[in-house]
Amino acid sequence: MENTTTSARERLVKSNKNKSNGELRGKMIVTLSAIIMITATVAITVFLATKGLQAFLVNGVSPIEFLTSTDWNPTDEGNPKFGAFPFIYGSLAVTLLSALIAAPIGIGAAIFMTEIAPAWGRKILQPVIELLVGIPSVVYGFIGLTVLVPFIRNQFDGIGYSLLAGTIVLSVMILPTITTIATDAMGTLPRNLREGSYALGATRWQTIRKVLVPAALPSLLTAIVLGMARAFGEALAVQMVIGNSRAIPSSILDTSATLTSIITLNMGYTTYGSVENNTLWSMGLILLIISFVFILIIRYLSSRRRI
Amino acid sequence: MNSRVADRIATGVLIGLATIIVVLLVGLFSYILAKGIPNISWSFLTSPSSTVQAGGGIRDQLFNSFYILFITMLITVPLGVLGGIYMAEYAQPGKITHFIRSCIEMLASLPSIVVGMFGLLIFVNTIGWGYTIIGGALALTIFNIPVMVRVSEDAVRSVPSEQKEASLALGITHWHTIKTVLIPAAFPGILTGAILASGRVFGEAAALLFTAGLSTPKLNYMNWNPFSETSPLNIFRPAETLSVHIWEINTQGIIPDVEEVANGASAVLVLSVLLFNLLARWLGSTIHKKITASK
Repeated sequence: MENTTTSARERLVKSNKNKSNGELRGKMIVTLSAIIMITATVAITVFLATKGLQAFLVNGVSPIEFLTSTDWNPTDEGNPKFGAFPFIYGSLAVTLLSALIAAPIGIGAAIFMTEIAPAWGRKILQPVIELLVGIPSVVYGFIGLTVLVPFIRNQFDGIGYSLLAGTIVLSVMILPTITTIATDAMGTLPRNLREGSYALGATRWQTIRKVLVPAALPSLLTAIVLGMARAFGEALAVQMVIGNSRAIPSSILDTSATLTSIITLNMGYTTYGSVENNTLWSMGLILLIISFVFILIIRYLSSRRRI
Repeated sequence: MNSRVADRIATGVLIGLATIIVVLLVGLFSYILAKGIPNISWSFLTSPSSTVQAGGGIRDQLFNSFYILFITMLITVPLGVLGGIYMAEYAQPGKITHFIRSCIEMLASLPSIVVGMFGLLIFVNTIGWGYTIIGGALALTIFNIPVMVRVSEDAVRSVPSEQKEASLALGITHWHTIKTVLIPAAFPGILTGAILASGRVFGEAAALLFTAGLSTPKLNYMNWNPFSETSPLNIFRPAETLSVHIWEINTQGIIPDVEEVANGASAVLVLSVLLFNLLARWLGSTIHKKITASK
């Protein structure tokens, strides 16, 4: 009898001790994983910033020239030129144009899913959008290369590789992003907004246009900005169809290049540590900074969310 | 214009926009599959790729894709789940939590090519591994971790608080509650999220270009020693994945049957992603039914 009580007591004391040890250990590994995430983020920022600034600090490339000059000729023996403006321009152009195409379609589909056919529309479109997200970007690029480029070549003058091809490929790629977030935004609007508007005798379209879209506007803009962020950072699909030329495109049928496509194309062919290679890292830094800017815009928009 | 007419027109336009998306998907899928499936054969899947002649397969690329996916998930899932638990259970509202959230948000919005460049800088050049599977997997981990954290956090948070409180009320410690109550209840959500993330990792190429490389050494599938140069299991060898292969043969390759190989490989890629999606849905609903006893 005596024996069992002590052992039970021992057992409890022992298990208690075990538990409190486990408690600490649990907290430690969980916190460690959080620290790893912080480290990764800080490391990416610090390393890419250091490397990206080398072209300016070590090689003496003028930052002003890099950002504004349109003359990109890094392999010229005597007088290499490092003007990355055409690529920055190309990146911004494809991003804005693809957002212009994808935003109305995506938001329209979102309104369709939440306002017109909430029951079956969602059931069909939800999996469709999930599958569109799932198609890898190289496959989009490859289809662009084999279908879109020849099509543009046959319909218009020129070689087919163009800003237009890049824009269309990117619009399709960012469409699911915009649709998903816009659907969430429209779906979380309170019911009484709709009912109030209908009770006043407004038609469905009037309700959508005058009540629901203005109420969801910050979230809808967030959807567009997230889509643009994705378009801005996309590399391979764009590189395959845009033509990768050095000049600023004068029309959407001209070939062009983006920051990502130039990095993709040249990173493997330039010597690590050379000036040209370092300017590619500077372009990477621009990508990093722009993705920061996109985050800030999204932050600003979500602080303005009214509902 | 009468408001009823405007309503009709707007409804028509909205239906049209939704139809565009469906038509787009159906068109893309039927195009990829119709072009690709005739090129998929047993020999296509099991013969090595060729660099100059026609008739190469995708054996090594297919293996590399799955192997890199496996290694990536091996690192990402524990890290992501623990991070999710931290965010859901341990993080106190305040500056530090806010900072961690910003970090996750930033990692999530990084362009994948930038992640690849970071991998090139650290794993390939600074540490000096060269192009390796492990470098690629670590780059993909960075790319994938925010998704995994978000999925796990949501899954842990969606466990009813009564379950957690009941466990705590029984005198069970916090960590033990997490281990025995929260994680099992959150498991279906985490699993579904992990499989969907796998689909994304499987198709990723830009982050792998500069980290896992554009080539694969000659592999001997009988050699299971993970330290041998020719072993497929060696994590310190370069490895070209399926999606990188599609990009490479289209932009730099000289094989005459680029289109056939790329069509076949695209179909394999899309079918794999489709499979991941279906698997995630099926597992999610099956496990949900099992643990909640609902029909």
